[in-house]
Amino acid sequence: MGKTMFDKIWDQHVVKEIPGGRQVIYIDQHFIHEVTSPQAFAGMRKRGINVFRKRKTLATADHNVPTLNQNQPIKEPLSKKQVDTLIQNCKDFDVELYGLGHERQGIVHVIGPELGLTKPGKTIVCGDSHTSTHGAFGAIAFGIGTSQVEQVLSTQCLILQKPKRMLINVNGELSKGTTAKDIILYIISKMTVGGCTGFFVEYAGDTIERLSMEARMTVCNMSIEMGARGGLIAPDQITYNYLKGRVFSPDEKEFNKAISYWESLKTDANAEFDKVINIDATDIEPMITYGTNPGMGIKITEAIPHINSDSFSKSLSYMNFNPGENMIGKQIQNVFIGSCTNARIEDLREVAKFIKGKQKSLQVKAMIVPGSKQVELQARQEGLDKIFKQAGFELREAGCSACLSMNEDKIPSGEYCVSTSNRNFEGRQGPGARTILVSPLMAAAAAIEGKIVDVRKYLN
Amino acid sequence: MDKFIRLKSTAVPIPVEDIDTDQIIPARFLKATTRDGFGSNLFRDWRFDNNGNSIHDFVLNNNIYKGQILIAGRNFGCGSSREHAAWALGDYGFRVIISSFFADIFKSNALNNGILPLQVEDKILHLIFKEIEKNASAEFEVDLERQTLSSEEIGDVSFEIDSYKKKCLLNGYDDIDFLISIRSEIEEFEKIQETY
Repeated sequence: MGKTMFDKIWDQHVVKEIPGGRQVIYIDQHFIHEVTSPQAFAGMRKRGINVFRKRKTLATADHNVPTLNQNQPIKEPLSKKQVDTLIQNCKDFDVELYGLGHERQGIVHVIGPELGLTKPGKTIVCGDSHTSTHGAFGAIAFGIGTSQVEQVLSTQCLILQKPKRMLINVNGELSKGTTAKDIILYIISKMTVGGCTGFFVEYAGDTIERLSMEARMTVCNMSIEMGARGGLIAPDQITYNYLKGRVFSPDEKEFNKAISYWESLKTDANAEFDKVINIDATDIEPMITYGTNPGMGIKITEAIPHINSDSFSKSLSYMNFNPGENMIGKQIQNVFIGSCTNARIEDLREVAKFIKGKQKSLQVKAMIVPGSKQVELQARQEGLDKIFKQAGFELREAGCSACLSMNEDKIPSGEYCVSTSNRNFEGRQGPGARTILVSPLMAAAAAIEGKIVDVRKYLN
Repeated sequence: MDKFIRLKSTAVPIPVEDIDTDQIIPARFLKATTRDGFGSNLFRDWRFDNNGNSIHDFVLNNNIYKGQILIAGRNFGCGSSREHAAWALGDYGFRVIISSFFADIFKSNALNNGILPLQVEDKILHLIFKEIEKNASAEFEVDLERQTLSSEEIGDVSFEIDSYKKKCLLNGYDDIDFLISIRSEIEEFEKIQETY
């Protein structure tokens, strides 16, 4: 019987079997950031051990950094301490750091791919659940806890139970105004927030194959929101074109050899999955969430469902929505365009193209936070910053920002934020804040009108 | 890591499904650089309002419920990978979390911190909630060696745990101790590994 891509990559990384079924898995690439690494380094100091493979870990500061005046010292003392601790740890343990002020700094899941560190066939981990993003390249990438960060720093390995395999096929033409973000919000709404727990997902089908690398990253990014350990997509010419010439990509001599290895990783025709889901892309519309987990999503033309459960009622009461209501027309106060889900250059271009010549609603605060320094620079070089400014959108500096609001970028209690990020949990964007997840295009349209709209009315 | 062998305790019920780690410990409390002290902000925004006043109808503010066991609705610990959630639960005093389903990363983080994520069937979970509703001082006994959870209402219910993780908990072993002990095997693996 043939093997799935997931099995091929996993099996190539088994160092040792452990009695009881777990395996020691070798990790090729490790990313760390300021929030989930300090306790790992502290543990290593206590044990008196060094980083095992220094060049296989890369650090950046993203979760807790300000998105204004990054050239000045961080004002918030606890954030400053955390970022300073990362700097000190990277110095003491000789780990490469692209910190604040560095031209390669940015959200860890944005910089890994743009630097060419994320490659097909690799095992990639980071103390952050959205590490699944890197799966877009045909890598096994997943989030880990801080104890595991310490394990990888110390041994480049983890002791893991192999997840089950799920195939999600998406076929058919996407309708106008429907994007990669809508594909994944649609899938999560079908699978529910825990529906893929215990699985590693491969996304396939002609709709996925037509997506750009950045769009594929958006899809894989949110795999964790339905409980999946990760999601991956077979590498193809789109992947190779993206990788060519990046800082850490194989050089020209090696590149063709690399491609033939990467091609060998693809799922065999006769491979079997534990579960197969088929999605018809023509059924997908611009999506929107109405509740407090990413599985609570509907098509923009649908009404909020009636579900008889205490957890559901608690969620709607937090959002101040009622079953049976439509989302269209609801007033909003904030728009956040950013995060590891949607802060890449294509996202910014899409927003700029839509808002060019328009003005944001006076009642809306609209913030755009690029995923990395390089994205920010590119946006400026293309003149997108001027378009944002003219439309009344504020372009900030790179970081995770209001996706999780660890820094100053918080949404006031009770206000709504239409957000391109990945989580609408209670208080995610600040205590009492109410998050509505959408695509960058839908977020841009909401900012212009000051209320939820179906972006397609502008596109016909 | 602390050993976990057996525990008999009353329990605290939170019958909410899909409790994510942002609720267990909100992001703004992740700024610490040590593992200690997270318990005071456990379920912060469910325990306290924006002015820091206790929200009386939340279970952790209700004195009749206490103990080292937390009982929670299906899909506990989904969302962010923050191990701070496990640290907060442990620091608050919980050693066992009982639910009918756990998110993967949370489960792994709990086990790495000597906290037992104990999975039971939905109908057993329902019975447990009923039992506590009837009697807040109902006691539950967890025996890891025998892999059983017992109480007056549910009797003896067996639960699954893989043999490696069971051994780690019973002996207080960390994964890292084992991994460091096989560093030479890891070096051998690196010699044969092909990467680009």
